[in-house]
Amino acid sequence: MTAPEEIEQLHAVRLRVNGVWHDAQVPARRLLSDFLRHDLRLTGTHVGCEHGVCGACTVLVDGKPTRSCLMLAVGARDHEVITVEGLGTPEAMHPVQQAFRECHGLQCGFCTPGFLTTIAAFVEENPDPTEDEAREAISGNLCRCTGYQNIVKSVLRTAEITRDSRSSETSGDQEAAEEARNVSVDHDGRAT
Amino acid sequence: MTTKLFGEPVQRVEDAKLVTGTAHFLDDLGHDALGVAFVRSPHAHARLLDIDASGALDVEGLVAVYTYEDLLAADEAEGSSVSHALPLLIPHPCLHAPRTGYALARDKVNHVGEPVVMVVARDRYLAEDAAERVVVTYDFLPPVVGVDNARRAERTVHEDVPDNVAAHMLQQVGDVDSAMAAAPHRLRLDLDIERSASMPMEGKGVLARWDAADGSMRVYSSTQTSTSVRAAVAAKLGLPAGKVECIAPMVGGGFGVKIMHPWPEEVLVPWAARRLDREVKWVEDRREHFVSSAHERGQLQEVEVGYDDAGRVLALDVRFWHDNGAYTPYGVIVPIITSTQLLGPYKPGAYRCEWWSLYTNTVIVTPYRGAGRPQGVYAMERTMDAIAAQLGLDRADVRAHNFITPDEMPYDHGLVFQDGRPLIYDSGDFPASLAKLKALAGWEDTLAMAAAARAEGRRVGVGIACYVEGTGVGPYEGAHVVVETSGKVKVATGLTTQGQGHFTSFAQIAADELGVPLEDVEVVTGDTRRFGYAVGTFASRAAVMSGNAIALASRRVREKALRIAGDALEADPGDLEIVDGSVRVKGSPASSIPLATVAVLSNPLRYAFDEASKAATQFATGDTDGPPIADDEEPGLEGTDYYSPTQATFANGMHVAVVETDPETAEIHVLRYCVVHDCGPLINPMIVEGQVHGGVAQGVGGALYERMEYDENGQLLNASFMDFLMPYASEVPHIEIDHLETRSPLNPLGIKGAGEAGVIPSAAVFAAAIEDAEGIVIRRMPISPSDLFELRRQHVAGDVPSLNRTPQGDGGPT
Repeated sequence: MTAPEEIEQLHAVRLRVNGVWHDAQVPARRLLSDFLRHDLRLTGTHVGCEHGVCGACTVLVDGKPTRSCLMLAVGARDHEVITVEGLGTPEAMHPVQQAFRECHGLQCGFCTPGFLTTIAAFVEENPDPTEDEAREAISGNLCRCTGYQNIVKSVLRTAEITRDSRSSETSGDQEAAEEARNVSVDHDGRAT
Repeated sequence: MTTKLFGEPVQRVEDAKLVTGTAHFLDDLGHDALGVAFVRSPHAHARLLDIDASGALDVEGLVAVYTYEDLLAADEAEGSSVSHALPLLIPHPCLHAPRTGYALARDKVNHVGEPVVMVVARDRYLAEDAAERVVVTYDFLPPVVGVDNARRAERTVHEDVPDNVAAHMLQQVGDVDSAMAAAPHRLRLDLDIERSASMPMEGKGVLARWDAADGSMRVYSSTQTSTSVRAAVAAKLGLPAGKVECIAPMVGGGFGVKIMHPWPEEVLVPWAARRLDREVKWVEDRREHFVSSAHERGQLQEVEVGYDDAGRVLALDVRFWHDNGAYTPYGVIVPIITSTQLLGPYKPGAYRCEWWSLYTNTVIVTPYRGAGRPQGVYAMERTMDAIAAQLGLDRADVRAHNFITPDEMPYDHGLVFQDGRPLIYDSGDFPASLAKLKALAGWEDTLAMAAAARAEGRRVGVGIACYVEGTGVGPYEGAHVVVETSGKVKVATGLTTQGQGHFTSFAQIAADELGVPLEDVEVVTGDTRRFGYAVGTFASRAAVMSGNAIALASRRVREKALRIAGDALEADPGDLEIVDGSVRVKGSPASSIPLATVAVLSNPLRYAFDEASKAATQFATGDTDGPPIADDEEPGLEGTDYYSPTQATFANGMHVAVVETDPETAEIHVLRYCVVHDCGPLINPMIVEGQVHGGVAQGVGGALYERMEYDENGQLLNASFMDFLMPYASEVPHIEIDHLETRSPLNPLGIKGAGEAGVIPSAAVFAAAIEDAEGIVIRRMPISPSDLFELRRQHVAGDVPSLNRTPQGDGGPT
């Protein structure tokens, strides 16, 4: 908290978001969530509670699901951040995005970006989860609309799409390989 | 024929944007707007003595600080009415002492969280800095917390309402006293159900943009009713309705809390935007949502029932006390619904319901998904279970003995429903629904399994609960459908969307009616620029109301298309059909004309604006005799129509829950959850099932986890997601669903609402299942492991009775 008469001191940060380097000047207290949303205008990341419980603001920091409302923008200096916008686009969706649409894994869509980033990372770690593992994987995120049943289904479907695209990649299908590269989450993207 | 889309599990068209982060919610707009923070009352009941904002003035980036005095001064100067009490939205003759709050507290605060000072600054961070430096001095008054304290009225909320009673109502059918006296058996139940809340993942939010040159206001609000917000803002600011636009962007859940309007912020943000001639935005944070947005559910109930040997209810006498919080802006819709929907699928011989709606120094109570029904169903279903236990009968059989039968439809209860219309069920086949549920749940086997498990020392129980839900209440909704010269179809309806998939299900309806591919249809909701007449999204009414309005408007467009195409093809419109976006002669597909061309021809032109439009210019059209637009026609291939029903249409459902409780920790595990649901023909089964899943999850939360923990001072102790326990995936069971589709005779599509269904019987079905597992009578919900642990202790001490299990009963050993 700054004293009222002081103008807030700004700090330089450089971080990579969805593959793009950004240089910015931010107050020390600027939340990463607000920085992404209002400074970079990547509004796909949503804020549901601002105390780290709901998971709507989850982004990937160096590949790991991280609550962006519990992290300061200055703390993300030199790190690699992937938001929902970095997973895929309407024209070239990530398997998890495709799976949510196929399985009706979302209703209002507000909590969805946090689920998508969480599941994208989970499926990288566990490419063939059981239904129980799928449910466990999403048990740190709140959704008020879906009752989670179709989100669990979406986790399993994400894994299935990912496995299918990777097996066609190894079988030498160039198109599928290209698609898989576009959609996989970069795990070792830490900036140097 | 084009493949029919109605009834198909079509993937949602809105999802591509939602899953890629490219859809826009309220806080995704207005990045450069000024930010707002409110100083809210930290006290439940206090007089305002002084507000000192001088400390805030030093905060860099501060733009303005407003108190009630500023609203008053502005009203005097500008002819607005922002300082007046907020509107009473739904007056009712029984609401004899209505009270509403002020946009900013005038001289007194009546609940923690009530807005007192508005602070506007360059952004929200700075607005909060300034708000923290505003010093408000209060004279503390003793608060009224809880229904029982309100009813005892040793303290009052509003000093001119000495008994704390805002409303009192009595409805009855038949001679309850005589029927009760004559009944072979009688029972009495005292019941308690606590508060929960809608708790959408996105809180409320308002963004206002004033255009000084045009004298017009654009308001974005995360609302369930943009037309009503527009009307309220126009009235408060003294603007013509035509100078105010209100748009609901993507809305991150509503569940009822966003049908309430105008929230103080919906008045204040546009007011400040005009005053400052700057774009102003307020986005609610989670704590604000807990302490200043509405709650629901809290009631104390007393039920007396007289019944015969088969468990048929001969007399039902219900009294309940409803906690309406500090104010009654939404009227008494919730207790009216409790008192009428309590009857469910049953026909008691005589029924009397008397209720009191009481003021407490807590957040206001307005509808939350289910809107009073969960409480009513809880009262009725606890009663059904008590009758079954007393008589030693199967709980499903007792219910069946009380069902209204299909041949009795339409069934008139002789009561007045929440829409002011007679409570008449239009449709439903309750015995068939029960048969489906018993088959889905394997009722007899499941009961035997539970009994066998109990015989082994486990605590397994089964519950069943039934409900009827009045959906699709009026007064009306409308729709505008236009075929553009590109052949694309644009549909606009005024009610709003909070995740129900309207962009898809409404498009399915329009595509079917018009014979066009789904991808050619685009639906807009909740935008007064596109459709200005609407009521809103609540009471499971969107599909029924706007769905039918869209069907009717589409039929008008279809008729017009056939008339114009008939002229062009020199065919009788009756011989034409529309397939895949082309009008063609039935049986002669070669003779056809695309809807795009029909759209061009529908609008006779002097000037061509592109290649296609040349066909409609004055030297291109053949007929030179009549006027280019016939007397009873209008240009454009478009149509508007409205659906306004005489009464609600009644959906219904029945649920079974199977639970196991831990003998040591009293943890409650849901082993199975089965739903049979009848909302008539399903427009999109995938979406309907999603609605049911979500409703059940909220029901699980409301029955087992969620409660608003007010202390005796009116402080909400659990105002965060850390402490208010909404269920995660780990708490929600897999849900098994079957559908019965009995058509409603009331609307062209034959449909009934589905939005609230899943949540309605949850408190009842879990109370029943846990009671069955534990063998201890349950009269208070929700029930946490701690509550159950305490209940066991009281049971052992002899303070709480055992469940009466007789050998014939379904819960008895087999």
